[in-house]
Amino acid sequence: MIPDKFEYAAPSSLPEVFDLLRQRDGEAKVLAGGQSLIPLMKFRLAAPALLVDLRKVPHLEVLQERNGSLVIGAMVREARLDASNLIRTRYPGIHDATGVVADPLVRNFATLGGNLAHADPANDHPAMMVALRAQVVAAGPSGQRTLSIDDFLVDTLENALASDEVLTEIHVPQPAPRSGSAYVKLERKVGDYAIAAVGVQLALDGGTCTQAGIGLTNVGPKAIRASAAETFLVGTPVTEESIREAARLASEAADPTSDLRGPAEYKRAMVRTLTARALRQAYQRATGGEVR
Amino acid sequence: MTATQHVKLTINGQAVEADIEPRLLLVHFIREVAGLTGTHIGCDTTSCGACTVLVDGVPAKSCTLLAVQADGAAVATVEGLEQGGVLHPVQEGFFQEHGLQCGFCTPGMMMTATALLARTPNPSEAEIRQAISGNLCRCTGYVNIVKSIQYAARKMQGAEEVPVAASASMGAEVRSA
Repeated sequence: MIPDKFEYAAPSSLPEVFDLLRQRDGEAKVLAGGQSLIPLMKFRLAAPALLVDLRKVPHLEVLQERNGSLVIGAMVREARLDASNLIRTRYPGIHDATGVVADPLVRNFATLGGNLAHADPANDHPAMMVALRAQVVAAGPSGQRTLSIDDFLVDTLENALASDEVLTEIHVPQPAPRSGSAYVKLERKVGDYAIAAVGVQLALDGGTCTQAGIGLTNVGPKAIRASAAETFLVGTPVTEESIREAARLASEAADPTSDLRGPAEYKRAMVRTLTARALRQAYQRATGGEVR
Repeated sequence: MTATQHVKLTINGQAVEADIEPRLLLVHFIREVAGLTGTHIGCDTTSCGACTVLVDGVPAKSCTLLAVQADGAAVATVEGLEQGGVLHPVQEGFFQEHGLQCGFCTPGMMMTATALLARTPNPSEAEIRQAISGNLCRCTGYVNIVKSIQYAARKMQGAEEVPVAASASMGAEVRSA
């Protein structure tokens, strides 16, 4: 399969990127690792007139904690996240999600920025970023703005970037002292999209939940925030009973459709099971102990 | 910007340059521009890994990279493994341990294995299986592929004596089959 014809540019600065995007108003696409966009173009589901490759743009490969946030540059590849000690120890939910994105070969080129900007509800990072309450930095010709991940993800394959804007960084709030995150995915085989998956984050004071984030993968038109479950957990002691109730509420927030990965009722049931597992895992990571 | 882009890269150490359409995939550049057909096109949908090559030492599915993305890179393909008539330890491993049947996945499988062993000289079985999880084989059930990579790991660490008898007996089995 061969993509439709397009022009290609690999500029070496963001202002040049903005210029190119503006000239082709809506007809250009930004290329990061290409592991989602190139398959779409091969299937001719996407046929941009111009591809603007970010590979020569500097400063998009930052991966560090700064001013209370983990900053991940748009061109940080999944393989680098996978191998990062910082991610594994401080952001285990991101580590979990990274390790189940496609397969190791795809992860060598795929980027976190691309995974989010592609806005595919089946992608693994969006729901984890919803749980972590991440923010996305969008840069354009008139400066940059910061959007919540919830506002950034608009609909299936649709993000909130203007046609001359580029996602440059992802900011994840640094974890509170007694907190933990986890991402649990049910997939048919390595490399497949999730039947369903759940990302969670918990912060605790003693045994009581002070912060909760729950994001759902591939059970709706975009990554879903399980708001009722989050609200229920905050202020509540984290026990098997409260976890079961939160999981039930999360499954009610899911909006799955029946497809080759299973009927909608099955997926909803799996969201319940996966939410409970992810919450237990996050609690264990926050406290070093098991939920009672 | 023009309709074509000038791309210059090396494949197995040899410089290759051409004016190409930006839509040319790296695997087509390798097979059709450079004429190296050892790299296979399998699924063409980023699933099977038959097209795996190394781009600056990193294994990649070359059906899902544009050749222009590899401009300036050092690409390695299966043709570059054998040196001066001597099989690379990974190739020798696949031969000795019967790591292939139809052979279609083998070039990609060997490139992934080569990159793994460069990074992790003594991988566990779990690390091997994880590393090759983006390369599909429909014949072997993977058992002998894992053994082949373990053989290569031992060989590259100088621990493996070349088992002449084993190689001879395997040849005999093939002939009598």
